[in-house]
Amino acid sequence: MTEMIDAEQLRKKYLRDGMLPTIFCNGCGHGNAIDYTFWAIEELGLDMDKVAFASGIGCSSRIPGYINADGLHTTHGRALAFATGIKAANPELHVIVFTGDGDCAGIGGNHFIHAARRNIDMTVLLLNNFIYGMTGGQLAPTAPKGSIATTSPYGNIEEAFNICELAKALGAAYVARWPISYPYQPIKSIKEGIQNRGFALIELMSPCPTAYGRRNKLGKIESLWKWYEDNTILIEEYERIMDYGTEEERKNVKGMFQIGVFQNVKKAGFFEEYDKLVQRLIEKDDAKFKGGSK
Amino acid sequence: MKYERDPERIRRVLGDKVQFIQGDLALTYGGILAGCSFFGGYPITPASEVAEGMARLLPRVKGTFIQMEDEIGSIAAVIGAAWSGAKAMTATSGPGFSLMMENYGYAIMTETPCVIANVQRTGPSTGQPTLGAQGDMMQVRWGSHGDMEALALAPSTVQECIDMTIEAFNLSEKYRHPACVMADGEIGHLREKVVIPDEEEMTLVERVPATIEKEKFIPFTNSQTRDSKVPDFPTFGTGYRTYVTGLTHNKKGFPATDKQKDHEELITRIVTKISDDRERLTSIEEIEMDDAEIAFVTYGASARPAESAVAMARKNGIRAGMLRLKLVWPFPRRAVNELSKKVNTIIVPEMNLGQIVHPIREYSDAGCDVIRASKVGGEMHLPHELYRYLEEKK
Amino acid sequence: MKREIRICGFGGQGVILAGFIIGKAACVFSDYNAVQSQSYGPEARGGAARSEVIISDEKIGYPRPTGVDLFVAMAQEAFDTYRKDIRDDTVVIIEPDLVPKHDIGRRLYKIRAQNIAEELGNRIVTNIAMVGAITGIYDLLSADAVKKAVIDSVPKRFTELNVKAFERGLEAGKNARPE
Repeated sequence: MTEMIDAEQLRKKYLRDGMLPTIFCNGCGHGNAIDYTFWAIEELGLDMDKVAFASGIGCSSRIPGYINADGLHTTHGRALAFATGIKAANPELHVIVFTGDGDCAGIGGNHFIHAARRNIDMTVLLLNNFIYGMTGGQLAPTAPKGSIATTSPYGNIEEAFNICELAKALGAAYVARWPISYPYQPIKSIKEGIQNRGFALIELMSPCPTAYGRRNKLGKIESLWKWYEDNTILIEEYERIMDYGTEEERKNVKGMFQIGVFQNVKKAGFFEEYDKLVQRLIEKDDAKFKGGSK
Repeated sequence: MKYERDPERIRRVLGDKVQFIQGDLALTYGGILAGCSFFGGYPITPASEVAEGMARLLPRVKGTFIQMEDEIGSIAAVIGAAWSGAKAMTATSGPGFSLMMENYGYAIMTETPCVIANVQRTGPSTGQPTLGAQGDMMQVRWGSHGDMEALALAPSTVQECIDMTIEAFNLSEKYRHPACVMADGEIGHLREKVVIPDEEEMTLVERVPATIEKEKFIPFTNSQTRDSKVPDFPTFGTGYRTYVTGLTHNKKGFPATDKQKDHEELITRIVTKISDDRERLTSIEEIEMDDAEIAFVTYGASARPAESAVAMARKNGIRAGMLRLKLVWPFPRRAVNELSKKVNTIIVPEMNLGQIVHPIREYSDAGCDVIRASKVGGEMHLPHELYRYLEEKK
Repeated sequence: MKREIRICGFGGQGVILAGFIIGKAACVFSDYNAVQSQSYGPEARGGAARSEVIISDEKIGYPRPTGVDLFVAMAQEAFDTYRKDIRDDTVVIIEPDLVPKHDIGRRLYKIRAQNIAEELGNRIVTNIAMVGAITGIYDLLSADAVKKAVIDSVPKRFTELNVKAFERGLEAGKNARPE
């Protein structure tokens, strides 16, 4: 671990000159996500020349612009596919993706499924604010039932997309969800995600007072933080209640967002497996060549 | 495993110097010879054999093959790999090419070198999957939104599928722009003799890497080290810490979405870096043109029956010739204009209802009659069908 | 000199490979130019497949055949479908066991390629026996060049079987007379 530094020094160290102020609104959680990421990188002591960021389109996808590192700000939904190429051609790089709920779970859902399934070694920070913020508040696939958005003016009738459960089912190596209101756990998860050799998804619930909060009686900056407190439950606690709780307790927690680490397994990532395949073929070819056959 | 181009291993893996192979496999060979180290692709008729060839051969030269989840992902991964320093390629056909259009524009906007082999078929929509056509000759030029140039080669033989893929890589590296090999289902599935070029016979162009001091480097402007509108390339991982965005950006690469001047400057540069070199890039083949009074202007598979028709015409005393566009975009304005002053009639055989006939008309002399000779439905023109045009118009 | 060859049969019989071998023999192991194409589309349904080869000592422009100099059929359906444009001087070779209804009022070569393959213990080399017969009947490519192309085109572990099939077919072709 490197020497202790304070938040101000941390930002000075990792933010790109000339890009501030950010586009983020007052009360937006994305700044916290940037901070947590910096802390994780700082604590891991990563060389920023060997970290590449990628993102799609949306508020959270603007984040790589503010970080002093290589960054590929791509097209809507496609960041994970771009990131797959970045990692493929230079496995030395730590690839970190910033994406949003619309970007990742909406338009980019299929890329997400396959990057997770292939277990591509990258760290995906999904900033879930339940809304298309940049375009002015349209319904996101992760929005809870009943949410008001400009395209669900009478309340959302769809089921919300539980992206962590999906990632888990796909066998992603690391899956965690935390609200941005928890300061330490996200940092720990980002660190664990970066260190994991496979696909890591860290979903950070990040408030959007402007586009989501205002329409859903959560417009005050602190109100979404409070909402997270009332509507999330640690995975362990959830499971305990499901196993041993009363019927009423179980009813109460059923609709809550589980938070914590859903999955943390060690398994070789795609490119590690691919390297083995190449090794095998090269050895076979070289033996054949030396053996004198054409 | 880090890729390093190994000419000896490449030739060992490709096998005999003289082979009898399909156009699709030749596209694969061209990529591998050029030093392609990343291929992301998705199955589509009639281009799947390119990916199949890559899946079989690329790992054996230490390159990376991934079958992506769709064509959007394929081109995205290719662009990502290019930023990590790879020469990267994908292959597709009409519907996949349509899906790629947004990221094709992204590659143009971010000045990313990469190669797309398009084994064309017809459309709109699914059309005739197994049959060849020249459906995307305009899409490659205008398919993404906004202003752009294009680099597009059209092979007429299986050998050219190798040679033009190498050339496409060279152009894309030189101009930091996607380059397309516009093959078609006819050439893609045709088997023909190819000769794999020796290393000495090949010219390979590599992007110019950024080398100047990091603090002084400006990523999106004229080169700071050469007289060129193409900036030097700050490969990810080399410490330049470049921000690459599809948004309108200033010279530093930072978003400048509401700045008219920045946009104008950027777009003008990425278009003129290619169009300035139009005449230098022009690559044509002339057949029987010395005394021709009537000529085909052709490209790709259509050049094959056209050449046969010219031979028939010559036997019958018709002074016919042919100009074949090997590089279709940027459009060879001068060559076509000069031709139009020389002949009375230009006939444009295409396997579509008329695409390249339009720029030909645009740049032809008013005194020259430019006639569309379209054939659609998945069949090449027959030589005698094209001969009939010559006979009528002689 | 330009020769247009059409080989047809049913899917899975290896007519594409047969055409491929002949094309390869012409342009890799001899000094000709050659192109080979296969046809798709509605007429290729119902199991009939065809492979077409053009061999020329000049550059080949239009790469599809405009006529047929040599017509080879290894299945009844293919024979019926693909013989419509043959000329009086087209050389016709059929596999009589697979094309039993071949009496079309003209002379043709009959090569029992499937029988040759069965005698060698594997029906899968019927196409290679036919390639041998084509080489013996149609005086264009040297047996040596075609044999090289066969060896070059089949899996190594089946080289011997295929060479035998080729040679037996070649012999049958040399001895065959149109009937």
